[in-house]
Amino acid sequence: MTSAPVLLEMRSITKTFPGVTALADVNLEVRQGEIHAICGENGAGKSTLMKVLSGVHPHGTYTGDIVYQGEQVRFSDIRASEHAGIVIIHQELALVPGMSITENIFLGNEPRKRGGIDWKAAQRRALELMAEVGLQEDPDTLIKDIGVGKQQLVEIAKAFAKDVKLLILDEPTAALNEADSRHLLDLLRGIRERGVTSIIISHKLNEIEAVADTITILRDGHTIESLDVKADGVNEDRIVRGMVGRELHSRFPEHTPDIGEVFFEVRDWTVRHPISADRLVCKGSSFDVRRGEIVGFAGLMGAGRTELAMSLFGRSYGVYLSGQIFKDGEEVQLRTVSDAIDHGLAYVSEDRKAIGLNLLDDIKTSMVAAKLSKVSTRGVVDPVREYRYAEEYRQSLRVKTPSVDEGVTKLSGGNQQKVVLAKWMFTDPDLLILDEPTRGIDVGAKYEIYGIIQRLADQGKGVIIISSELPELIGLCDRIYTVFEGTVTGEVTRAEADPEHLMKQMTSTKKTPIR
Amino acid sequence: MSRIKDLQKNLFGGTTSNARQFGMIFTLVAIVLLFQIWTNGLTLTSGNLIAVVSQYSYILILAIGMLMVIVAGHIDLSVGSVAAFTGIVVAKTMQEFALPWPVGILIGLAVGALIGAWQGFWVAYVGVPAFIVTLAGMLLFRGGNQYIGNADTVPVPEGFRTIGAGFLPEVGPDTGYNNLTLLLGLAACAAVVWRELKSRQTRREMNADPAPMWISVLRMAVMVGVIVFATLRFAGGRVGTSLPISGIILIALVLAYSHYTRNTIGGRHIYAVGGNARAAELSGVKLKRVNFLVMMNMSVLAALAGMIFVARSSASGPQDGLSWELDAIAAVFIGGAAVSGGLGTISGSIVGGLVMALLNNGLQLEGVGSDMVQIIKGLVLLLAVAFDVYNKSQGRFSIIGSLTRPFRRDDPSPPTDRPSPASDSDKAPVAG
Repeated sequence: MTSAPVLLEMRSITKTFPGVTALADVNLEVRQGEIHAICGENGAGKSTLMKVLSGVHPHGTYTGDIVYQGEQVRFSDIRASEHAGIVIIHQELALVPGMSITENIFLGNEPRKRGGIDWKAAQRRALELMAEVGLQEDPDTLIKDIGVGKQQLVEIAKAFAKDVKLLILDEPTAALNEADSRHLLDLLRGIRERGVTSIIISHKLNEIEAVADTITILRDGHTIESLDVKADGVNEDRIVRGMVGRELHSRFPEHTPDIGEVFFEVRDWTVRHPISADRLVCKGSSFDVRRGEIVGFAGLMGAGRTELAMSLFGRSYGVYLSGQIFKDGEEVQLRTVSDAIDHGLAYVSEDRKAIGLNLLDDIKTSMVAAKLSKVSTRGVVDPVREYRYAEEYRQSLRVKTPSVDEGVTKLSGGNQQKVVLAKWMFTDPDLLILDEPTRGIDVGAKYEIYGIIQRLADQGKGVIIISSELPELIGLCDRIYTVFEGTVTGEVTRAEADPEHLMKQMTSTKKTPIR
Repeated sequence: MSRIKDLQKNLFGGTTSNARQFGMIFTLVAIVLLFQIWTNGLTLTSGNLIAVVSQYSYILILAIGMLMVIVAGHIDLSVGSVAAFTGIVVAKTMQEFALPWPVGILIGLAVGALIGAWQGFWVAYVGVPAFIVTLAGMLLFRGGNQYIGNADTVPVPEGFRTIGAGFLPEVGPDTGYNNLTLLLGLAACAAVVWRELKSRQTRREMNADPAPMWISVLRMAVMVGVIVFATLRFAGGRVGTSLPISGIILIALVLAYSHYTRNTIGGRHIYAVGGNARAAELSGVKLKRVNFLVMMNMSVLAALAGMIFVARSSASGPQDGLSWELDAIAAVFIGGAAVSGGLGTISGSIVGGLVMALLNNGLQLEGVGSDMVQIIKGLVLLLAVAFDVYNKSQGRFSIIGSLTRPFRRDDPSPPTDRPSPASDSDKAPVAG
């Protein structure tokens, strides 16, 4: 395999966004006819690298060279890269649900005849392509009527229709069940036989180990290493070490936990996807939280942690199937968000702009929004009490703003997050679920937020933290649960927390016995 | 510029969204002055002001409900038809069963509530967009009106006409004015002074410096001046006239709904739903209930507006309420509500409605044909909203913008710490 000529070489790619360096001097070398996997934690820069390659980030917005088929290329947009035979299939599929398989395969690439579309030729070619990818369906079937697995195959057929030379798959199996995943991996091997090169980005290390020839590992926007799977004898542990092998800096305030009794417990929580009835997003998950304890939920993107949290929080996500919630030893029913708030739960969402805040509001209105009754008398909001609470939080959380009358859009990400935290602290919760509490926040504000979280725990509240940053969980949490495909797969105490071990449990369904 | 901003803040107690309203008040004043000069003083005569109120009160009542619907992120196209339908039902039942008119009003409100529940059900619990539900309602209830009334007019009894064409009675000593209107004016002046003092106290309790005393005095003086002027005009008309009953109903509704939308939990929830429905839901707001009540309330107000109109024209007909929805929606948007929901005030919508009403009235007094009147109204609406859009493009928050920003996962969004533009001099286009 190593003897094959180099198809693609990306040299010293550096890409910065305002305030963030997404890629720093990244190198990637892909050989003709291989399956090349790119691994890395969330935010390591994998997707950005692929966007640079495919022209989503056009030439000129990054530095470095791309050499493809022996020539230096400068793609100005996606069409240019597709023209050169590079096709990227995103995690969110780019298919039109209301159109047929044939129409989708040739969308934007329709065979023409006398100014119109040659549907006969399209139909014929579609059948050939479908046979190649092993898709057995009527080509007139609408996309919305076939499953995600088959939709994925249509995407690949669509790529073939464009005469693909380099196929890039971003998390192709994230939404697929096991059988569909296996079929897809087999298909990838088949593609390799035909000489098409593919790049696969995946969090599922077992799949990568099974299918990839070469693995390039990215971490924090840097290329860490490139491994030849067969020659180097690569296994999952080896990949994990490359992905997480960074030093943990003391980025966390000193904290001595004062942990009490178990007061919150979830048993066999099972929830299905809101639309597809056969997809379970939480499968029999059980866990507990003690007073004064900070509990982490580790898992990869799409593992179902957010879904779990939101379904607990007044069934805000999916359809509840079974499971119980116990608070202070008694079973509670949390059917609506107000039930959850009344029972002392608070959920700080991962996307504070999309679902955490009303961006039209000012700071004080946002801070009291989740429990207006606390500042109201017979349904009438008292502006004085509202102001005083807001002012109190502004000071204790050090929200940087001239006044609580300012609009929340004027705040930086870290300060907005403090407003959201204040909003939920205002509801006097016993259990706070913080979903990616430091996403998109700079280091200084992170430190402050960690401090706030620890103070909340010191007040005897339970805190659940969902985070994709392992160092954050290890540095902050007293205990960490790992979640994979909607199931809690393991539990680690602070003393035992170690990135490689966590990463292993986060990427496999096998319940590894601990302790 | 910052001094203008301070003054604006002090005079109108405003924070962020009031810039537009501030502009509209000036536009309103400008329109009044313009027409006052143009018509040689005809605009501000007692007779004309009374006519304006009785002619436009039902549109303004609709604007109240429409504001809440639009703030919640919906729209209601059916209000004209609902008003017409309610009118014919009330007129017909009163005629057939010889019911006393108060019962007729209750029946009308009940019809409005039922229709509202029907539309609210589809919007809130089934999830059909309000645009579609009320477009259907527009056809349904227009047809219903003509079905029940046989496309004919049905007269209403004398007593019922009070709510549309009635005036306050003449009581007490002969002062040359309508005494009850004078009393109302006095009460309004007292309320203005009380509110100003109370808001000063509130600001002190919030450890904020209240505005300098002279500003408070100036503000009170301006408002009291306006009220005194209006009172004397309304009280000093032809004997037997006063502030119309429909105007009193309107003022009561404006006060009640302003209080509700500004100060209560329920009102906050409407803004929360319109600002970010998912965030509101995750904060414990009962989304469906809010949407249901907002749609239902709109139809009840439409029913009331319909009855006032029928009372004023003393009969219910098949053409009642045609294109009212457009007037109400225009008033709300001219008054500063955001098309995407979450922003807007009752008082702004009333000002917006008055701008339209006085524009209409002034042009009619001048003998301008309805063709030109419509063209001018159309341009005013367009310019007012264009001004709002322009504001957003200058760096203020825009919902549509935040939704369409691609590749959110990787691209860290740049901080939104732009200085607020608030260029007050830019309000001029709206006046034109």
